[in-house]
Amino acid sequence: MTRPRPFSRDQRVIIIYGMLAFAVIIVVLQLWLLTATMNAYLGADTAVVWPAAAASLFCLLLNVGLLRYLARLDRSAG
Amino acid sequence: MSDDPHMGDPRPDVDPRVTSPTREGLAGTAPVSLYVRTRDQITIAPDFKPPEAQPAWRRDFPIDWPQDQYVERRDFMKFLVLTSFAFTTGQFWIAAQQWWQRRGEVPGERRIAAVGDLAVGGTVVFDYPGEHDPCVLVRMSADEYVAYSQKCTHLSCAVIPQPEEGVLHCPCHEGYFDLRSGRPIAGPPNRPLPRIHLDVRDGAIYATGVEWRTT
Repeated sequence: MTRPRPFSRDQRVIIIYGMLAFAVIIVVLQLWLLTATMNAYLGADTAVVWPAAAASLFCLLLNVGLLRYLARLDRSAG
Repeated sequence: MSDDPHMGDPRPDVDPRVTSPTREGLAGTAPVSLYVRTRDQITIAPDFKPPEAQPAWRRDFPIDWPQDQYVERRDFMKFLVLTSFAFTTGQFWIAAQQWWQRRGEVPGERRIAAVGDLAVGGTVVFDYPGEHDPCVLVRMSADEYVAYSQKCTHLSCAVIPQPEEGVLHCPCHEGYFDLRSGRPIAGPPNRPLPRIHLDVRDGAIYATGVEWRTT
């Protein structure tokens, strides 16, 4: 069994670009979620507050997952 | 000068013509030439020591462009995750606010005025449910009363009742609310004023609750 060959630096840059594309979309989604929730909350519509918080937490977990993969990528590069 | 394209690469040489487990690529099919290290992929520190022997600051502030690009994108990714954390914190701050408000939701009952103290068309300003929640009570007719929060739903200026015209007027931005329903009829506000529930008994008027409305 051979040890997997680590990604080259160029490959890692490409992977990070892909991760950035996902992260940017997620963060923009969270920004929209926050403003929409704030608008609803100030309008006394509190039904969306907890579902929106849960959705935002899910987005954060996705981002943290990407970050963990990034750390692994860094470690594998040595 | 060595002609070896791998330049000290400890990985074993593989035959590019043969499909074998050693030809590792993203999908196992990439040509082995993809892994030949080119000069711009190699960072040589000024002290010629290997990357793992370099101090942390030199790894964070590389001197060659490809490595600098890699570090910049990597740090931007970290910044985005931090931003994501900040947005999530904001969401939970709103949720905590809502929970805190709901916790102290039953405001209790408060006596506003005696019936005899208020003529038809007369108004009384009072605080309800908290000490800093100004409200206004208006006697519409002999046995009809309405009360609303006095904070305009646009930017929280104090609204002024004008019973003779049947409106509450916000002088800050010329907002108008219908006195009978508390709904906005002109100007920038687009949400109705919170209505104060009233109870008239024993010759006195009591505030008994707040109705937050969105439409």
